[in-house]
Amino acid sequence: MSDQRVVLITGTRKGIGRHLAETYAKRGFLVEGCSRGDAGWEGENYTHANLDVADEKAVKRWISGVAKRHGRIDIAINNAAIATMNHVLLTPAATANRMLEVNVTGTMLVCRDAAKVMMRRKYGRIINFTTIVAPIALAGEAIYAASKSAVVTLTRILAFELGQWGITCNSFGATPIMTDMIRGVPKEKVDAVVEGLAIKRLGTYEDCTNVCDFFISPASDNITGQVLYLGGIT
Amino acid sequence: MVERGTAIGIIYTALKGVLEQAGLPPLASLTEETVIVGKDAVLDSLGVVALIVDIEQALEEHDVSITLASDKAMSAKNSPFRTVGVLADHVLQTIAEGGAS
Repeated sequence: MSDQRVVLITGTRKGIGRHLAETYAKRGFLVEGCSRGDAGWEGENYTHANLDVADEKAVKRWISGVAKRHGRIDIAINNAAIATMNHVLLTPAATANRMLEVNVTGTMLVCRDAAKVMMRRKYGRIINFTTIVAPIALAGEAIYAASKSAVVTLTRILAFELGQWGITCNSFGATPIMTDMIRGVPKEKVDAVVEGLAIKRLGTYEDCTNVCDFFISPASDNITGQVLYLGGIT
Repeated sequence: MVERGTAIGIIYTALKGVLEQAGLPPLASLTEETVIVGKDAVLDSLGVVALIVDIEQALEEHDVSITLASDKAMSAKNSPFRTVGVLADHVLQTIAEGGAS
C-alpha cells in the first residue's frame, strides 16, 4: 500500500478540478483525475483517466484500478459537472436528463465506489461540489441548480450512511469563478450575482483549495453532512 | 475463473470480518446454511451492506468486478443473500452474466 495519500478528483481537464489536481499533486498526494477526454496536461504524482462519470462501468473500472495500484483511497472530490444556462421553457428533456445524469448520478457513482475502498481503512473524506445558484434561486439555471440541490441532499444522507466507517461527506458551493462553465453567462448576470454576495468579488481557485483543505484535514473527522457556501450565502 | 469453493471461502472470510468489526462473537458454526438475511439472520441490515461490499472487494483481488446488489437481486422474491450457499450461487451467476454493474 502506498504511503502517500490518494485523492480522486473528477473533471480535472481544466478549471477548478485542474487547479485542485495540480495543487494536491505538488503537495505530494497521489492524484487520480478523470475527464471526458485527455487531460491536456501532465504532472508528477498525477494520473489521468478518460471517462464519463455517468458511465457506471467506467467509474467502477477506474476506481477499482486505483485501489489495486495504491491499495487505498483517502479523498474523493466530485468536481465534474455540466451546466447549460437556459430558461426552463426552452430546456429540452434530453438536456435536463444529461445534466442530472452527470451531476447527480455521476457524483453518486464516484461516492459509492470510492467509499467501498475507503471502508477498508475506516477512513475517508468526500467532497461534493454544489453551487450558490441553488440557494439564491438564479433564474436561467433551474435544472443545473436542481441537480446541485440533489447533490447537497445526497451528501447529507451519505454522511449518515457512511459515517460509521469513518468517512465524512461534505458539500461546497463556491461563488462564481471565471471558468469555462460560466464564461458563457452574460457579464451583467455574473455582476448581479456578485453584487448580492456579502463579499463582493468573484471566487478564486484558492478559495476552493482553502475549503477542501478544511474538509480533508484529519482534524475534520467530526465535520460531516455540511454544506459550505462562500460569499455569505446560506 | 472463480470456483464455487472459492466463492464460499470469500463469503466465510467476509462474514467473519464483518462480525468481528461489529464487535460480535464468532459464530459457533459457519456453514452454507448460515442465514444472512431473514429470520435468524446473523447480521443486521448494515452488516449485510458491509458484507456485500467486502465480498465485492475480495472478488476484485481475483480480477472480478461485479455489483451484487442489482435491482433484480434486491427485488427477488427469494433473496439471493439469504444464506451463505445461496449467496455463493448468486456470486457465480452474477459473474456468469458478465457482472451486474
